Amino acid sequence: MSAETAVVDHGHGVLGDGHGAGHGGHGHDGHGGGHGGGDHGTGGTHFTLRGYVTGFLGAVFLTALPFWFVMGKTFGSSGTTAAVILAFAAVQIVVHMIYFLHMSPKSEGGWNLLALLFTVMLVVIALSGSLWVMYHLNHNMMPDSMMNMHNMP
Amino acid sequence: MAVGSGSAVAGAANDSRRFYLTTEHHPENGTLFGFWLYLMSDCLVFACLFAGYAVLGRSYAGGPTGAELFDLPLVAVNTSLLLLSSITYGFAMIEMQRGRLPGTLVWLGVTGLLGAGFVGIELTEFAHLIHEGAGPGRSAFLSSFFTLVGTHGLHVTCGIIWLITLMVQSGKHGLIPENRRRLMCLSMFWHFLDVVWIGVFTFVYLMGVLP
Repeated sequence: MSAETAVVDHGHGVLGDGHGAGHGGHGHDGHGGGHGGGDHGTGGTHFTLRGYVTGFLGAVFLTALPFWFVMGKTFGSSGTTAAVILAFAAVQIVVHMIYFLHMSPKSEGGWNLLALLFTVMLVVIALSGSLWVMYHLNHNMMPDSMMNMHNMP
Repeated sequence: MAVGSGSAVAGAANDSRRFYLTTEHHPENGTLFGFWLYLMSDCLVFACLFAGYAVLGRSYAGGPTGAELFDLPLVAVNTSLLLLSSITYGFAMIEMQRGRLPGTLVWLGVTGLLGAGFVGIELTEFAHLIHEGAGPGRSAFLSSFFTLVGTHGLHVTCGIIWLITLMVQSGKHGLIPENRRRLMCLSMFWHFLDVVWIGVFTFVYLMGVLP
């Protein structure tokens, strides 16, 4: 009888221990460690001064250069300038995502990134689809309207 | 047997920790992930407005063009205000992580002031445009411009109201887990608006003045 009680107790002890350790490991995913319980309530994200300063310096650099390109007319053609500043914007969005929004393949077990990728896909479809359709619409309407203008009294 | 009692003791020692984590941890992640999904849907709202601007951005209807209207130095000042407010919000989060309420409130206050400066400059710009006769009704270009930039400004205004609310809440109740979670959500919202602004200043202002 006493042996049976001890066995039950044993099982309970292990269960409690495993449970606590499991959550401890989960809650401190990707932490540098050594912060005790100070960062509970932040959903497992660890904020560092280094991360924010790195992101900020990168963002300043990636913002200042496009303004300089456009205001200083660095490139001759509008097309080149547009392509370059769009590329800078894309890189800056990634920098903000990583250093300010703390996006990583591990955050929320990968669901954050999955939701983001799905959104990016929808945004690309919406933007490229609108431009494609409207370009063709303008293109096909243009000669007609020109002729109509021409025929006008 | 000896091992069994050892584990039981370890289990009892972890009890306080286990209670805290099982009650706080999972709902919190749920909130942050849910808020992320809201931001993604907000992203689609902005995508539609960007698509509208992309289609109509050169339809001036004989009215003023972007090159004539946009004041790039002013946009640069506005951009730096928003960028600075992003890093000051980051400082507030670091202070929150260290459990320092005064530091958190000071940095949140600075963030709010920078945000207010941003909205103020934007409203001045809008008032100036409307005064010049380049209001939202002048051309398709200006309609889509005011809708896109105005929606972003409205978001920033809501963010400032939310920020003031959380400053009052944190001052009243301290940095309790609920307030930390709310500050985390606002952090995501604020940085998300900065990401949208990257698109606005690049696509609307910088590309708008290109010949």
